Amino acid sequence: MTRRFRMVVFGLGAAGLAGLLAWGFAGLPSFGSFDGAYGQLLAHLTVPERHATSAVSVSTFDFRGVDTLGEEFILFTAAIGVLVLLRGQRAGETVAAEPIRQREPAAESKTLRSVGTALAAPVLVLGIYVVAHGHLTPGGGFQGGVILMTAFLLVYLAGTHLDLRRATPLGAMEAAEGTGAAGFALIGLGGIVLAGAFLENFIGFGTVGNLVSGGVIPLLNISVGLEVMGAVLVIVGELLDQRFLVRRGDR
Amino acid sequence: MSFLAYGVAGWLFLVGLYGIVTSRNLIHLVVCLTVVQASTYVLLLAIGFRDGATAPIYADIPTSRPVVDPVVATLTLTDVVVEATVAALLLSLAVQAHRRFGTLDPDELGALRG
Repeated sequence: MTRRFRMVVFGLGAAGLAGLLAWGFAGLPSFGSFDGAYGQLLAHLTVPERHATSAVSVSTFDFRGVDTLGEEFILFTAAIGVLVLLRGQRAGETVAAEPIRQREPAAESKTLRSVGTALAAPVLVLGIYVVAHGHLTPGGGFQGGVILMTAFLLVYLAGTHLDLRRATPLGAMEAAEGTGAAGFALIGLGGIVLAGAFLENFIGFGTVGNLVSGGVIPLLNISVGLEVMGAVLVIVGELLDQRFLVRRGDR
Repeated sequence: MSFLAYGVAGWLFLVGLYGIVTSRNLIHLVVCLTVVQASTYVLLLAIGFRDGATAPIYADIPTSRPVVDPVVATLTLTDVVVEATVAALLLSLAVQAHRRFGTLDPDELGALRG
């Protein structure tokens, strides 16, 4: 297929799709006048029924908690998929799993090195804050988990690849990922045993606005935070490893 | 009646598709796919918006304030996670393609496959 022919096919298809989209959008409620009863009901139940203040977190982890369990396992499975793809290839094609150039610095720049070192600890604290306050303010396990992951990436940027390995041993990250995924499922099962339904709340709701409130939602946030941090670090670590590997023929 | 936000979503979708079709590099192609997926965030959040409403976080507002729909925000969160995982898997496939065939150009990969 030549590029010109491909552009003609794309142009026709895109024009048709644009028409269909315009038709579909015309049938949506005008911007700003959405009147879905379901979302409003969940928002109004958030404070009286769950003693938490972030309606988004309560929807994510309580009213639609089973969806979120599935979502968490999508991430879990994807991390395993990346490991299978890249490690399988490593076993077949590469000389060894070790870096070919020892201690190659990732950052030559002193500025990057000092800023990265200075930021790593505050970013770690920020990540823990965002995970812990997920049920009160915007944030939660998914967002906080990614922030926690960046703290470790800053160590990588500031130092060497080997420093990342020392700061985040792959085994520990895999354990964090597994613990997070299992924790969510176990809290759900705890609901069956202690309250009669999957993911049903089985501990006290606490006082609205306190750090310890909202029932199991903060616990779910913590397990998701661990899972996200572990999964993304496993993926990123495996991708970074690739640049140190060579095919047998290339050496 | 305002449909500008929906138009932005449609534009992001189509411009991302254009990037995918004309891409000459698999990494660039994955980035274009994330642009396509960004259109769904804009669409979901635009649908849930209500005039005069604020974010559905009751930490510092009375519960009587009108708020935007929290369900679309939850769906957008799911969407972001799915996008990140798809991008990670596609990038590792790109790494593998480059190691096996020595190129990231989708056209040349097609030629190698025959």
